[in-house]
Amino acid sequence: MKAVCWWGKTEVRVVDVPEPEILNPHDAIVRVTLTAICGSDLHLYDGYVPTMMRGDILGHEFMGEVVEVGEEVTNLRAGDRVIVPFPIACGRCWFCENRQWSLCDNTNPNAWMIESLMGYSGAGLFGYSHMYGGYAGGQAQYVRVPFADVSPLKIPDGLPDEKVLFLTDILPTGWMAAENCEIEAGDTVAVWGCGPVGLFAIRSAWMQGAGRVIAIDRFRERLRLAQSDGRTEIVDYSEVNVFDTLKEMTGGRGPDRCIDAVGMEAHGHFPDAVLDRVKQAMKLTFDRAHVLRQALHCCRKGGTVSIPGVYAGFVDKVPLGTAFGKGLTLKMGQTHVQNYTRMLLEKIMSGEIDPSFIITHRVSLDDAPEMYRTFRDKQDDCVKVVMRPAA
Amino acid sequence: MQTEKNVNIPERWASVLLGSALATYGLKSRSRGGFALSALGGVLAWRGATGHCMIYQALGISTNGEQRQGEQVSVPYGKGIRVEKAVTINASPESLYAFWRNFENLPRFMCNLEAVECHDSLRSHWVAAGPAGMSVDWEAEIINDIPNELIGWRSIDGSKVDNAGSVHFNALPDGRGTEVKVVLRYDPPAGLLGAAVSKLFGEDPAMQVQEDLRRLKMLVETGEIATTEGQPSGRKIA
Ligand SMILES: NC(=O)c1ccc[n+]([C@@H]2O[C@H](COP(=O)([O-])OP(=O)(O)OC[C@H]3O[C@@H](n4cnc5c(N)ncnc54)[C@H](O)[C@@H]3O)[C@@H](O)[C@H]2O)c1
Ligand SMILES: [Zn+2]
Ligand SMILES: [Zn+2]
Repeated sequence: MKAVCWWGKTEVRVVDVPEPEILNPHDAIVRVTLTAICGSDLHLYDGYVPTMMRGDILGHEFMGEVVEVGEEVTNLRAGDRVIVPFPIACGRCWFCENRQWSLCDNTNPNAWMIESLMGYSGAGLFGYSHMYGGYAGGQAQYVRVPFADVSPLKIPDGLPDEKVLFLTDILPTGWMAAENCEIEAGDTVAVWGCGPVGLFAIRSAWMQGAGRVIAIDRFRERLRLAQSDGRTEIVDYSEVNVFDTLKEMTGGRGPDRCIDAVGMEAHGHFPDAVLDRVKQAMKLTFDRAHVLRQALHCCRKGGTVSIPGVYAGFVDKVPLGTAFGKGLTLKMGQTHVQNYTRMLLEKIMSGEIDPSFIITHRVSLDDAPEMYRTFRDKQDDCVKVVMRPAA
Repeated sequence: MQTEKNVNIPERWASVLLGSALATYGLKSRSRGGFALSALGGVLAWRGATGHCMIYQALGISTNGEQRQGEQVSVPYGKGIRVEKAVTINASPESLYAFWRNFENLPRFMCNLEAVECHDSLRSHWVAAGPAGMSVDWEAEIINDIPNELIGWRSIDGSKVDNAGSVHFNALPDGRGTEVKVVLRYDPPAGLLGAAVSKLFGEDPAMQVQEDLRRLKMLVETGEIATTEGQPSGRKIA
């Protein structure tokens, strides 16, 4: 079968590899009908996540048709159409029982790796480095889904793939980012980054009762999409001073809730960002945390900073004194996707949200090498790439 | 009970000083708590003076470098390698005890153990994989067994591999599962057999035990052990 493989820093290849097989009783094999490239994949592409190996199959946003199930999977059958959440969860450990699926204790066969690097281990993830389990990903024609009895959600007929694919990751991620803000009526929510995660965080903030939403980015197409709901205000960070602008827009108080939907590869020529870049190049730090610092600075006293953007290593010059002084609440983490899939599917079916509005590129798997570059460089107005393995 | 010295020198000094202070303070304060304190102080002072700690002996721990054959374990205190690891498992002490008490289950999660065959409720035969297709085997017996709380075992005298172990099941409050603590001691022999035994416990024995416990947890909680072995990658071309 065809699969998109990581081949080294900034190189992916489409390779002919063996088809996956059932390895454990709770496994299923899914024939992938649609898969996407995520902003998180760019961290792998750019070489910021350790423990990648040449030949690893990428991809954690995918859906398809069940073709085979292991003996312990009784809720799925061949022919079922499913979306598959990106964190692999056992459904039986204390964390899963407490609905913290992405912190699952039992799905990372390489837990020792991440434990020795970071002091903890959480759920295994599809296609996301060996320290996150080393699972083959879903940017392929077929994929093995462990614990298929726990997380995959069946999709009713009649809903096109493009409307439901993002239930696997970014739609729940945007939702949880807003939920972590604990939005109260009338709150102003500022969202850094108008990539897929930021765009869904914006929509979610509105659905969760925000009074105002301000979107921050510099790419015109992305800002346009943020604004396309007719009520989100935008700030182009390449043109204005974000701190001053946000203060002005909020009567000097700062936004009540701030969302960092950018993560460790923030752009910018701010002094701290330039220093981060140098350190990253020297492998002194993995993360460029400009947006996180800015969000902590801008947030109003007593507000909340929610961090769906991924950080992988160490970050310095974080204004913790400011955060402490303002009594901020910080919430972050890999999304507990499983908590939101059903509820968000209903919102899609009722027409409350159609997540397909972010798709800008519809291609085949063979186009992956070029698309990774296009998406990374935000060329060609690229916001979201979906790939059809069958094509 | 033998009165071997299993407390090392600086620790003995600390025990003497602290023990005497506690005893004096406890007796002066004349309350029940004070009495308990002075009793503890007395024990510590005694331990410091005699170089013997009952608590340590019960746990099979020695902080003294000397080698002496103890009575209850097949690996002498102060000799060989000792590993202690714990894991929290979302299951009851009863079910975990039952699972472990059947030693034939151990090879399902101890990755270098090939087979365990139980002769009767106390005696068992263990086979472990060694390097170059070699295997190493020994007889073991259960020497301590408190249902749902702990199991202790050791290789019987004359075994090729001296080893002993215990597992403790400690229920945690409010549905937080059970803490499973394992203590293993073994004495690696020299030569080829030594190499086999070293392989059995891995290059990093503490890590080995930790990973074995992780597999136990996966097996008990989910019924399978997470793996990616056998999955496709671009390193295997179709
Ligand atoms: N928490 C989770 O479980 C989870 C899930 C999915 C994605 N993520 C993470 O969310 C982040 C965003 O993902 P995405 O798919 O939207 O990626 P993306 O790369 O498409 O979007 C990032 C956006 O941030 C903008 N940006 C960069 N620097 C900025 C700055 N200084 N100020 C304001 N905006 C800036 C970029 O212009 C871009 O539009 C990534 O870090 C990704 O790894 C996290
Ligand atoms: Zn993703
Ligand atoms: Zn779990």
